[in-house]
Amino acid sequence: MPPAVSDYKPVVSVKDVTHRYGKVLALDGISLDIPRGLMVGIIGPDGVGKSTLMALIAGSKKMQQGKVTVLDGDMADAAHRRSACPRIAYMPQGLGKNLYLELSVYDNVDFMAQLFGLSPAERPVRIKELLDATGLGPFADRPAGKLSGGMKQKVGLCGALVHEPDLLILDEPTTGVDPLSRRQFWILIDDIRAGRPGMSVLISTAYMDEAQKWDWIVAMDAGRVLATGMPAELMKQTNTKDLEACFIGLLPEEKRSGHTELTIPPRRAERSEIVIDAKGLTRRFGSFTAVDHVSLSIECGEIFGFLGSNGCGKSTTMKMLTGLLPPTEGTATLFGSSVEAGSIEVRKKLGYMTQAFSLYGELTVRQNLALDALLYHIPAQKAEARIKELVEKFGLGPHLDSLAESLPMGLRQRLSLAVAVLHEPKILILDEPTSGVDPIARDSFWELLIDLSRKQGVTIFITTHFMNEGMRCDRISLMNSGKVLACDAPQKLIETRGVANLEDAFIGYMEDAIADDASGGKSKDKVSGSAPAAVQPAAPETSAPSGFRLRLGRMFAYARNETMQILRDPVRLVFSFIGSALLMLVFGFGITTDIEHIRYASFDLDQSPESRAYLEQFAGSPRYFTRTTPVRSAEEGLHRLQADDVSVVLEIPPNFGRDFRRGNAPDVLAQVDAAMTFRGETVAQYVQAVNNTMLQNPANGLQVGPLKDTATFEERYMYNPTFESVYSIVPSIPALLLVLIPAILMAVSIVREKELGSMINFYVTPTGRLEYLLGKQIPYVAIAMLNFFILAAMARFVFGVPVKGSFLLLTFTTLLYVTATTGIGMLISTFTTSQVAAVFVTAILAMTPTIQFSGLLQPVSTLMGKAKIIGMIWPTTYYMHSSVGAYTKGLSPGLMMPDIVFLACCIPIFWAVSMLGLRKQEK
Amino acid sequence: MTSLLNIFWLGLKEIRSLISDKVMLLFVIYAFTFAIYVQATGTSNEVNNASIAFVDENNSALSKELINAFYPPRFQAPKKIDASEVEDAMDKGLFMFVVAIPPRFEDDLRAGRNPEIQINIDATAMQQASIGTTYIKSIINKRISNYLKRTDEQQSAPVQLIIRKLFNPNGTASWFLSVVAIINQISLLTIVLTGAAVIREREHGTLEHLLVMPLTAFEIAMAKVWANGLVILIATAVSLFGVVEMALKVPFAGSHLLWFFGVGLYLFFATALGIFLGTISRSMAQFALLNILVVLVLMLLSGGSTPVESQPEWLQHITFFLPSRHFVSFSQVIIYRGGGLSAVWHQFLMVSAIGLGFFIYSLRLFRKSIAVTK
Repeated sequence: MPPAVSDYKPVVSVKDVTHRYGKVLALDGISLDIPRGLMVGIIGPDGVGKSTLMALIAGSKKMQQGKVTVLDGDMADAAHRRSACPRIAYMPQGLGKNLYLELSVYDNVDFMAQLFGLSPAERPVRIKELLDATGLGPFADRPAGKLSGGMKQKVGLCGALVHEPDLLILDEPTTGVDPLSRRQFWILIDDIRAGRPGMSVLISTAYMDEAQKWDWIVAMDAGRVLATGMPAELMKQTNTKDLEACFIGLLPEEKRSGHTELTIPPRRAERSEIVIDAKGLTRRFGSFTAVDHVSLSIECGEIFGFLGSNGCGKSTTMKMLTGLLPPTEGTATLFGSSVEAGSIEVRKKLGYMTQAFSLYGELTVRQNLALDALLYHIPAQKAEARIKELVEKFGLGPHLDSLAESLPMGLRQRLSLAVAVLHEPKILILDEPTSGVDPIARDSFWELLIDLSRKQGVTIFITTHFMNEGMRCDRISLMNSGKVLACDAPQKLIETRGVANLEDAFIGYMEDAIADDASGGKSKDKVSGSAPAAVQPAAPETSAPSGFRLRLGRMFAYARNETMQILRDPVRLVFSFIGSALLMLVFGFGITTDIEHIRYASFDLDQSPESRAYLEQFAGSPRYFTRTTPVRSAEEGLHRLQADDVSVVLEIPPNFGRDFRRGNAPDVLAQVDAAMTFRGETVAQYVQAVNNTMLQNPANGLQVGPLKDTATFEERYMYNPTFESVYSIVPSIPALLLVLIPAILMAVSIVREKELGSMINFYVTPTGRLEYLLGKQIPYVAIAMLNFFILAAMARFVFGVPVKGSFLLLTFTTLLYVTATTGIGMLISTFTTSQVAAVFVTAILAMTPTIQFSGLLQPVSTLMGKAKIIGMIWPTTYYMHSSVGAYTKGLSPGLMMPDIVFLACCIPIFWAVSMLGLRKQEK
Repeated sequence: MTSLLNIFWLGLKEIRSLISDKVMLLFVIYAFTFAIYVQATGTSNEVNNASIAFVDENNSALSKELINAFYPPRFQAPKKIDASEVEDAMDKGLFMFVVAIPPRFEDDLRAGRNPEIQINIDATAMQQASIGTTYIKSIINKRISNYLKRTDEQQSAPVQLIIRKLFNPNGTASWFLSVVAIINQISLLTIVLTGAAVIREREHGTLEHLLVMPLTAFEIAMAKVWANGLVILIATAVSLFGVVEMALKVPFAGSHLLWFFGVGLYLFFATALGIFLGTISRSMAQFALLNILVVLVLMLLSGGSTPVESQPEWLQHITFFLPSRHFVSFSQVIIYRGGGLSAVWHQFLMVSAIGLGFFIYSLRLFRKSIAVTK
């Protein structure tokens, strides 16, 4: 179909682009012109820079060096990006990476439509068209997180197509997707292209066979372009029949050296002992059946493959076979004995390699191997020899002392395998060992497996989603949505179905299975033949809404989106509501400076009426003092003070009564436990106070009357007449909690997008920085206000502390305060990159000034130096004043005004600084 | 025996991982040195730089003398205000104390009466309010008696009350605060380290790897307990000897060995709690949020910030089950009061019992949690 490529003006032109992540070179001076209106594939294994290149073209990543021209404009120019981004659609790598997993299919697509400014009238029509065309119509209300990989990719595609792009960029859209969905996906793309002939499509993939049918290919390796051209040309050039072989042919000589076509010697069929035996294995998670009656029997020395897409139940089956997960139903036996948790003996014969790289990245290669030898209790000498042998065989020699995490993917997998076989297991269970490994490394990995199976008789159980790997197994099981569709030698399966290859066979079995349970999932993933007719170009915008309305629309789109996410995330929801109520209780009851019921013991060496009358006074104030058994010796007194049995020992000397009557002013010794300083100080004061009062009280016979030359004091405890700490603590807790919790939640919400990848939606849509920040902030301000009402209600009804001043005004001040405190979280999110860091940094940065310098413990007026400066600029200081004032002092509006003004000034400052810190492109 | 060896090797691996995590390591070092020092010396229960104003309706030489008796650092230089301004100034929070000296004050005193001075106290600042009031009263009375030049002071009180503050004679706040700061850091960091270790292993898939090996969940958990516990124990020792005893000069009355034994028991609980939290949270972010709630409760209700005796009765029954409360309590007994094992054995017992219970419970959850990793 495509005529000579040179006729096209390039849609994308890349010139001398270099990109680094720290020391790692991702793109190495690439120059490339991509022709317009074609289906262009970028092929190459993981980690060669495909994703980086695509992100640069989409404008989501910040350019470091070189120039990228897309749609006739420079992508380094912000103005061009702004005008071009509605014409570019970008779907990043990772199944549903830019989707909001808590939101429904419809809401996800609707959110993208809102960001691209589609009017409320055209949105439902357009979305319905797209969902119908992709066969997602029946699942519009399902949360994206509960979709299969293939369906997630379709949702992503709908989101990308909602605004009619001229350039569609898809980064590995089919990795990990089952073959049927994959085929449907490509049909869909073809349909869409037929409907929009001018559209250019740029796709990257690790499955080379897919790319064979495309118009034009860019082969990449190690940050460089190996070759470009039409697939047929490239294959001709390298004299190969398929693209994978062609790719290997294109690799530089030194990489290819030693690579030979993989041959698998046939298995000797003499031994037929069954080593893995599973009967009716079933595993349910709640109402979801992950594995549905799977039965297997695998013979000794066999290479048994498990083929299926992400989430089809492969890993769950493996976990049951290894004893990691107890089956809901059915049994699994290895060597005839069951692998229940705790059967150590069986596990010694088992080697396991998990899906992800599961070794300690922070340890070196040697340490990883040694650790395993130790844990399997291999004698030191034998272990050393074995490690040496493996290192040689697996080619790990030059890397022995490098950290495992610094190794390239292929080497890591070899190290994983070395660790898994170190103790010479009889069964090797490998969960997707080769995903993300380049073809050459994959072949050399398989050589090792074949050696283990054929020469050492190790039974190998392997899962994969690569069809060509499936072909290398002795027998394979095809698995889809928890069920085994068929199980036999791969060649036999192909023959049985009478098709050309394994993929077609798989698809055939899948279609049969779908037809079988026609009642349940009839419409599921239906191939849509009529798509192009359905996806009509959206009506041209007749009355373009004003820029301001668009901005407002995008802001509310983000606010709505965030609200729905919080409502569906139980942990954040609990933290935002229960968290503050719980802390209010803990702080309110736990922080109290009231010292009451002090336990004391007397040590009366006099036993006279006077001494008894003196001691009686302490017993007479039960709110403060609680009497315990008197002590009989000084040592006993000290011991009881040490053991914290009493806090005071009152020692009355012999002859106290006589001396008192004679006016000799006898001593009374009060020993106070001052281990806790504040408490000791207060107890000492109380003892002194009881002593002073009694000497002026005529009722007890010790009275001497007021002294001459002293003033008496009238103490007016203002705002808190009973001097109970609840009245001072409770009104200040909201000030504390309304900074801590909203700031943390706000910071997490933004950093979470960075970490999970949905931040890309902000990078590649016309959303402005302020729109984004405000949209994110609105829900958290609302949550904080709800919290304020909860806290006020608790103060009133649980602690009995009502608001004396104007509640309305306090509410208004609170609104300003929480807008400012969420602003603090926003600010922190600009320089933190992980959610954990966001939580701890916010907690530490917000807590110190709040607790120490804003008047909670010490009035700001008494602070000095830096502490005072921090106190003066920290918003809590002002809110604390208003809050405590409104609760206890009945503060008048005039007196709250300065606080209101200060808080109102904070808000735009936080906005401005956060805007400066927020990047519109990924670094 | 093999089990012990496994625990040992796994623990060693745990320590290696921690050492390679430079950020975490720096954070631990900071938390146990600098942060302790700042917390111990930064805040104080003492009255410092308190704001005070006088309403002088007497305007005598004596009243001026009294006003001059208040000066920094304990009090700010006193301001003179009108009687009519008192309410407003207090509402604004300008002053913590406003002292009103009545008319004819000096004359009354000279006539042998006891005229009344009014002290208005902003009682919303609890700690400073009560201690500050006592200071004000004693300063004023001392000044009056000096001013009136009375010499026969023996006659003044019929009973001499001698108050001896045991265990911290000068009431130095940093003695207490530094130890509480260590205790709080132990709670926070032990939980963070252990919990993060569990989650990191799960997120990286290494946990599954271990569970397929001939190892038991008990061995894996126990290795985390001893390894993380040991790191914190060393940090605690550095902090106690280096910061608390050397820099802050806090005397240690009891037996070091006994205290460290107690710390060990508490670490067993804290690591078990870390494993528990690491197991129930599905991601680092959830762990971080949960951690904040749990650690704040452990810290605030332990009796380290305000006395346990001040909690309402029902709450004391609940906090009895908080090991941090017993930790604070036996630390006070050993460090300040010099108490021996006979004085702390029941707290040790309580910490061990709760720690053990928690450990068994987390262990059961731990294996179950593998089911939800995917």
